[in-house]
Amino acid sequence: MSLTARVAALIVAFLCVVGVGVFVAVYYIGSANQLPTVAYTASGGVVNVALQEDPQNNSTTTPDWVTYYTQDPTTKQWLHTTLFSVPAGTRVNVTIYGYDGCTPLRNNYWSKVQGTLGNVVTVQQFNKNNRPLGLTTTESLINSWATCSVGHTFAIPDLGLYVPVASPNAQNSVNNLCSNSPCTPASGGAYSLEKFSFMSPSQPGSYRWQCLIPCGGGFLNGNGGPMQTLGWMAGFMNVVST
Amino acid sequence: MSSAEIPLPAGRHAAEREQRRIWWLVAVWLLLSLAACLVIWFVWYPHLPPGDMTTSARHQQFDIAVLAVTAAPVILGVFCYFAYVLVVFRARPGDDSDGAPIYGNAKIQAAWIIGTSMIVLWLFVFGTVELIVPAGAGAGEGASPIWKQSGAQTVAWTPGTNDILQVQVIGQQWTWSYRYPQFGGMESTVLDLPVNTPITFHVTSLDVIHSFWPYLLGVKADANPQVDNVAYTTARQTGSFIVRCNELCGIWHGAMTSNGTVMTPVAFKVWATAVQAREKANGTLAALPPYALTYDPTVIPQLGKDLVNVVGVTGAPGYFYGPGNPVTP
Amino acid sequence: MAIETQPERAEPTGRGPETAGGGERPWWQHMGAHTGLIGAVAGYFLGHWLGNFLGGDFARSSLSDENDVAIVLGYSFAVIGWLAGLGVFNDLFLLMRGKPLPEEPRFLGQEGPGLAKYFRFTLDHKVVGIQYLYGMIAYFLTGGLFAMAIRTELLSPNYHIIGPEQYLMVVGEHGTMMMMMMSSVVLGPFGQYFGPLLIGSKRVAFPRLEALGFWLTPPAYIILLSSILFGGFPTGWTGYEPLATQATTGMDAYFFAFGLMGISMILAGFNMIVTIINFRAPGMRWSRLPMFVWGQFTVSWLQVLAVPVLVGACYMGLTDRTFQTAFFTNQLGGSSFLYQNLFWFFGHPEVYILALPGFGIVTEIISTFCRKPLFGYKVQVAGLLGVATLSFFVWQHHLFDSGINPDMRPLFMLTTELISIPTGFIYLVAMGTFWKARIRFTIPMLFALAFYFNFLIGGISGVFLSDVPADTTEHGSFFVMAHFHYTIMGGLIFAFFGGLYYWLPKMFGIKLNETLGKIHFWTMFLFFNTTFLPLFALGMLGMPRRVFTYARNLETLNDWVSISAFCLGASMLIFLFNFVMSMAFWRQREVGNPWRSRSLEWQLSTPPPAENFRRVPVILAGPYDYGVKDALPVADLDPPPGVIGSAYAPAARGPVTREVED
Repeated sequence: MSLTARVAALIVAFLCVVGVGVFVAVYYIGSANQLPTVAYTASGGVVNVALQEDPQNNSTTTPDWVTYYTQDPTTKQWLHTTLFSVPAGTRVNVTIYGYDGCTPLRNNYWSKVQGTLGNVVTVQQFNKNNRPLGLTTTESLINSWATCSVGHTFAIPDLGLYVPVASPNAQNSVNNLCSNSPCTPASGGAYSLEKFSFMSPSQPGSYRWQCLIPCGGGFLNGNGGPMQTLGWMAGFMNVVST
Repeated sequence: MSSAEIPLPAGRHAAEREQRRIWWLVAVWLLLSLAACLVIWFVWYPHLPPGDMTTSARHQQFDIAVLAVTAAPVILGVFCYFAYVLVVFRARPGDDSDGAPIYGNAKIQAAWIIGTSMIVLWLFVFGTVELIVPAGAGAGEGASPIWKQSGAQTVAWTPGTNDILQVQVIGQQWTWSYRYPQFGGMESTVLDLPVNTPITFHVTSLDVIHSFWPYLLGVKADANPQVDNVAYTTARQTGSFIVRCNELCGIWHGAMTSNGTVMTPVAFKVWATAVQAREKANGTLAALPPYALTYDPTVIPQLGKDLVNVVGVTGAPGYFYGPGNPVTP
Repeated sequence: MAIETQPERAEPTGRGPETAGGGERPWWQHMGAHTGLIGAVAGYFLGHWLGNFLGGDFARSSLSDENDVAIVLGYSFAVIGWLAGLGVFNDLFLLMRGKPLPEEPRFLGQEGPGLAKYFRFTLDHKVVGIQYLYGMIAYFLTGGLFAMAIRTELLSPNYHIIGPEQYLMVVGEHGTMMMMMMSSVVLGPFGQYFGPLLIGSKRVAFPRLEALGFWLTPPAYIILLSSILFGGFPTGWTGYEPLATQATTGMDAYFFAFGLMGISMILAGFNMIVTIINFRAPGMRWSRLPMFVWGQFTVSWLQVLAVPVLVGACYMGLTDRTFQTAFFTNQLGGSSFLYQNLFWFFGHPEVYILALPGFGIVTEIISTFCRKPLFGYKVQVAGLLGVATLSFFVWQHHLFDSGINPDMRPLFMLTTELISIPTGFIYLVAMGTFWKARIRFTIPMLFALAFYFNFLIGGISGVFLSDVPADTTEHGSFFVMAHFHYTIMGGLIFAFFGGLYYWLPKMFGIKLNETLGKIHFWTMFLFFNTTFLPLFALGMLGMPRRVFTYARNLETLNDWVSISAFCLGASMLIFLFNFVMSMAFWRQREVGNPWRSRSLEWQLSTPPPAENFRRVPVILAGPYDYGVKDALPVADLDPPPGVIGSAYAPAARGPVTREVED
């Protein structure tokens, strides 16, 4: 083969290799940055965060995975992300819509509410027609082993915050769970509305949060799949300085 | 394979020069080794990781210092020798001749083999002694440890006595929690410990393999599901420490940390009884499974059935509660 | 004990179209990598469909929305399709049908000039060696790119440029790419190319197995990279269960690719053992065998004996994930310890599979450039054999803290420390060889010296790790990372580059540029040490492996390491630039014996003749007899007729009719 042909072949081969490398790099770096971070700002000294957990989701690749959604405070849209930011040193009021049914914890210690203001959560159940069921209760422990009562948890271990998220109660949820995500109160599914508050730390940084319920269906110990993917059941709470 | 050497270069001067150079080499090596060993032992040893907070950490410090003192002359010897030969025996520019056809030297070979074997045997004996004496040197010894710590196994723990404090370390994806059987099996997310008390860690996992590594305590024990891995230590100084996970366990492995404090025994007892009382009062203790050395999270007596038989080992929403509680969407 | 099984044919009648390969048909009408690719794609789709058909309605598949059976079957059929497309099975089918094999010129390298033969299933070990060389450089650079990504993420404990699960994916890809792809492949370029040359053989024993061993590596590479498309695997290169069963589909790629590489290693090792035992030229006694061949020989035994255990572990991991066997699931009666032991029973000989070729290569280099015989040839052989044998008895040192039977630990501490004795023999031989030498500081020699420097640090840190109490702090931390990077990268990769600079003139007749080579060496050596020496401290200060965040006070040290790593990557680019420019543009000719080596491969033409030796040589002396007055040349390349025959005359079996030399 002539010199130019050899040179051309070598350059082409090298560029192919580099191209593969760049594609790989862009693919996985890009995919991590595709998740939006929902920025919550304080108003009146408090910041209001809204999350929901669903029994399935609206993605095309893995529609059966359970997932969290985060609500954009300005557009009120439910975004399929688990990254949000709050200002430092502020009282954070969290509202979680629990649309998913119950699963027992692997370690029932996390049934106890820890790290919130007062170490309690308030729970109000709703039926599939968006009517309240019973009174709003204040719970310091939602026992996932005694009754069908906990859907997922919201835990920020670095802050000592461990909150069991109530599920729609058993009788209420028979064939009544929301089946089109992201669920809304009007979309026809029973849900539980849970609220709690905690103080965001004064030190800015990324604080990871996770669910402790083994809700990764089909995965060993229930801890695979959505449990180990950012944007589903694991995320970051970024604390930004005000 | 002859071991003949070529005749020495002409003249006794060259031979004497070579002999002198070799003595200088040995002298330099000895001096450097002495300096290194002194620096290692007196300057570095007190600050060696993992510190001196516990007995196991102190023994590891000592162990590493002795290893370093053994290794330093070896490394320096090889480096000095190479420096010497690379300078003395380099080919001068334009010199195309061959080197001396030395195929071997039985005495040197024998001396080397014997020397290295002795060093290795010394290291083995020393390492074994250092493993046995501190009751396993803080490493996880499995469910039936051979080298146990001294102390009294008691149901309730009293400060100021030789009672061993039992702590169960539960690793799960992706957080640590600790149970104290001598305090009713209460569970905590912080690892508080009393100083000057023999401590037995029972490390287990609820899902995949983790590894319990409180670095400053000089303890490392893998957490395996359905396995009780025992490690011993005794804290000698108060202070706080961080527990890290040392075995890759999934997405949050790098962030699976936990805090702990070593405090005075009386303060510890106060804390532990307070937590026990609080958890008894608010129903946490009742919600926990009875204390056991290992747990099968799919067997929940309150639910009256074996979860495994229903759906398999995978987690799945809701199927565990029987026909009265179906929760499929 | 046949030296050749086919009758010596007459010299090929010129490179005319009748006999030269590829002359009458264009390259794309031969079976090669392009037809292999078609076969692979077809196979993948067939396998994937079959997997969906078989396992699509498992509860696991419907809950998790992923079907591992489809992926695994897809990979399996893809590999079979790839091999079929390459033409690996052609001869087999012919034999099965009772037809004679064609007299194609692909045997014994008579294919002719041109690049096409490098993309085909060729049976010439020299072509396979060059295929391995390019493959290995590609795999190494890919793994290196992942390493750059790791160090970028570790620049800050708080600011994360990639998500935690992507970080684990990158870590796993880097580790697996390096450990898996380099395992047999490092032996590949020089082992396959020079093995037969060094023993005076015209060919290897099983050329088809050898070529198959190479052609399994590209699918393993692609499959391993394809894991990224499925989200990667979260277990790192060790693949620990039960996390591996819990992982998403990307994990299948890991087990499958590793198993495939395992098969490749077994075949390559098997071939090399038989070749070295049976195909040595007359006069090539075991005591005259070049040290590189001893290294190959011992490594091949390790590959054949240890790698099947890995293939078993990967296979069981795959069945756990697809058909829900419970080999490694504690709750159902399996054991997570089982995987650890299976993996490390392979894993420890594996690291010696990586280290021993390095010993072999640098020994060749130092003897040539000290112009001295090896000091204590038998001692070094004993060292290689000792390391290889003992490597099977030390694997539990990876499991000291895992809860194994506690009385195992002093035992494995002993065996692990014992292994440093034969490793020390390598140093004894090197030190003795340098005494009263005439040392020339050529680039291969510089790399060999760096090898000894780095491996010493790596080896001594291994002694620290073998000591159980010290291991309590060091296990699973960056100390271990520093240790194995020093031994594997500081040892083997430096030896590989040394071998490359040394042997490239023989393989291609081209010398790499000296200035760039020296720059490459010094930057690589300097930045290698500045990158990995601080990792010992990081590990001792409590930083575990595979973490994306760490204690804040370790940030400065991590930043230093990351910047050094980027510079190390830049030095690799210098090498790549040198390689591409020298091979493609400058093409500085260097035929003959530039290093004036006595070794047998340097006595041949450059490149070596198609069948290596026109006549089977008779070996007259060892290759290390420098400085000996009136030393015999290493071999007689033109032995008089009848010499071979009489050397192999079977006792009392009638007249020797093997007058094949004329």
